[in-house]
Amino acid sequence: MSLNTIDPAEVAKFEAMAAEWWDPAGKFKPLHMLNPCRLDYITTQIALEFDRDLTAPLPFKGLRLLDIGCGGGLLSEPMARLGADVVGADAAARNIPVARLHAEQSGLAIDYRHAAAENLARDGERFDIVLNMEVIEHVPDPQAYLKACAELLNPGGLMICSTLNRNPKSFMMGIIGAEWVMRWLPKGTHDWRKFITPDELTAMITAAGLRPVDRKGMVFNPARWSWSLSDRDLSVNYVTASVKD
Amino acid sequence: MDNPARRPHLRIMERDCDILIVGGGLNGPALALALAQAGFSVGVVDARPAPARAEAGFDGRAYALAQASKRLLSAIGIWPGLAPLAQPILQIKASDGRAGEGAAAFFLQFDSAETEDGPMGFMVEDRHLYAAFLEEMTVAGVRLWSRESVVAQTVDAGGVRVQLASGGHLSARLLVGCDGRASGTATRAGIGRTGWGYGQTALVTAVDHERPHDGIAHQFFMPGGPLAILPLRGNRSSIVWSEGAAQAAAVQALPDAGYLAALRPRFGDFLGDIALAGDRFTYPLSLTLANRFVAPRVALVGDAAHGVHPLAGQGLNLGLRDVAALAEVLAEAARRGEDFAAADVLERYERWRRFDTVVMALGMDTVNRLFSNDNPILRLGRDLGLGAVSALPALRRRFMREAAGLEGDLPRLLRGLPV
Repeated sequence: MSLNTIDPAEVAKFEAMAAEWWDPAGKFKPLHMLNPCRLDYITTQIALEFDRDLTAPLPFKGLRLLDIGCGGGLLSEPMARLGADVVGADAAARNIPVARLHAEQSGLAIDYRHAAAENLARDGERFDIVLNMEVIEHVPDPQAYLKACAELLNPGGLMICSTLNRNPKSFMMGIIGAEWVMRWLPKGTHDWRKFITPDELTAMITAAGLRPVDRKGMVFNPARWSWSLSDRDLSVNYVTASVKD
Repeated sequence: MDNPARRPHLRIMERDCDILIVGGGLNGPALALALAQAGFSVGVVDARPAPARAEAGFDGRAYALAQASKRLLSAIGIWPGLAPLAQPILQIKASDGRAGEGAAAFFLQFDSAETEDGPMGFMVEDRHLYAAFLEEMTVAGVRLWSRESVVAQTVDAGGVRVQLASGGHLSARLLVGCDGRASGTATRAGIGRTGWGYGQTALVTAVDHERPHDGIAHQFFMPGGPLAILPLRGNRSSIVWSEGAAQAAAVQALPDAGYLAALRPRFGDFLGDIALAGDRFTYPLSLTLANRFVAPRVALVGDAAHGVHPLAGQGLNLGLRDVAALAEVLAEAARRGEDFAAADVLERYERWRRFDTVVMALGMDTVNRLFSNDNPILRLGRDLGLGAVSALPALRRRFMREAAGLEGDLPRLLRGLPV
């Protein structure tokens, strides 16, 4: 689809949606606030695994990366800016033209596709890195989904996977706090029963044929009003790295 | 399906640089160096002709650099060349004084022997500092537009475009205003200011004196305003002499001999006779705070964000704190792959600096209002109060570390580390 050949009314709608995705104070504010913390983890793990220097220009040049559940491109764009060859995939068709429009405005070349991980795996697509961020708690069969993610990786490839822990605190913070009190997320965004404990996730990743190498908590600090990584506190949001040997 | 990823970037304008800095004073070049060394392409628009100032002789202007500022200069590579030209401040003596009487018996004394951080600070002459910046900017590949100024700026989706007085245009992803209290960058970005004048003017010059200063800086709190005597290399000191505006104008209008005659009773004779060693400058004192430190694709640094009372020489030191914080925020964002000039990134800089700045600005304001007074009861209280603080080593050390910029959530450059 070319932006020059579609209905101008559609383009206006996509522009409004892109503006919504990329407004740091708008509907996706919680993702914007979490993004520096997620990016710190992702960039550090990629640099470690592929021996890259983050202070050099285009440190991820030559790496093929898949961003599953790319939405408006909040992770795809930073990865492309760091030099990765990025495919952004989303199961929601309406996100794709929105993400494309914003990437074009940002001067970034990103291959956005309306596809699920399973379709891409079946088509024989392979990547050095798979970003699997805040997706697994929304899929019907997490184990089958992780198997598809593992299949998408080249040998030596890296998967970053983040989700929400399942315990009374994550219920309070993730659902009561984020959805009801702060109204950060629409009510019903999350189903607490689908949350996964770090140990359950580690077991499923291993069963999918990957080797877990790291896990950290992502903790919101109300005093600094920002998120940071924690070695110990994985009680609500957490993120993991695993490799395909 | 036609994939936009395979097409050239039709809408993207090539930018002249990543970051364009308006103002070639001291904060501008410091920021330019820190950013260029972190991998950004940087340009500086400076109203002055570049070489004239770099080759100038001593003109009387000098700065008191706090330890943290010295660390920043080390981290950006210009301290090794400056160190032999800098005068360490080994002691600071603050006292209440009245013309003709010299310093009162009680005074507040800070001695660098009390902290492990080395000297309290360093006095550096403007000409040396600026020459060092110019040289290193050339090495780092910073582009400099001298004798040039910005007359208009417009923000677009991906950056900012400015029109120069010469008629040319420059574009960048981020515009940083290091253009002083009357910042045109702030005005053009629609950022208002809050502030007030003090009805005071600082008379600034340098004097040669007969006896050595032993690295001691003096601050005499006079009824008209503070008089700072700051040690330079050799038997020479920098003078920052604040007076009521009318009195200052009268003193400035005097010939050199009359000026010295007015200064002598305030200065005292503890360093022997004094003679003028530099030009005579005046700076009207005012406090001015920008209502925001950032706007879309625009950030303010130094006096453009906050012009404080120059008491204790915190102006340049506060500016260099902005430089360190902004360089770190931008470099971190770029290394994460974020759009480093996006609104949420710029807000991180503002959050980091604004609170610190307002506290410092109001603190200096209060100290000055309390001391610029000739009420005998207040005067006695001040003598006792200063004596009391002087007697409490822990409190004094805390005050010294704060003045040296070693307290608080420090950016990496202020700890002497690269960003």
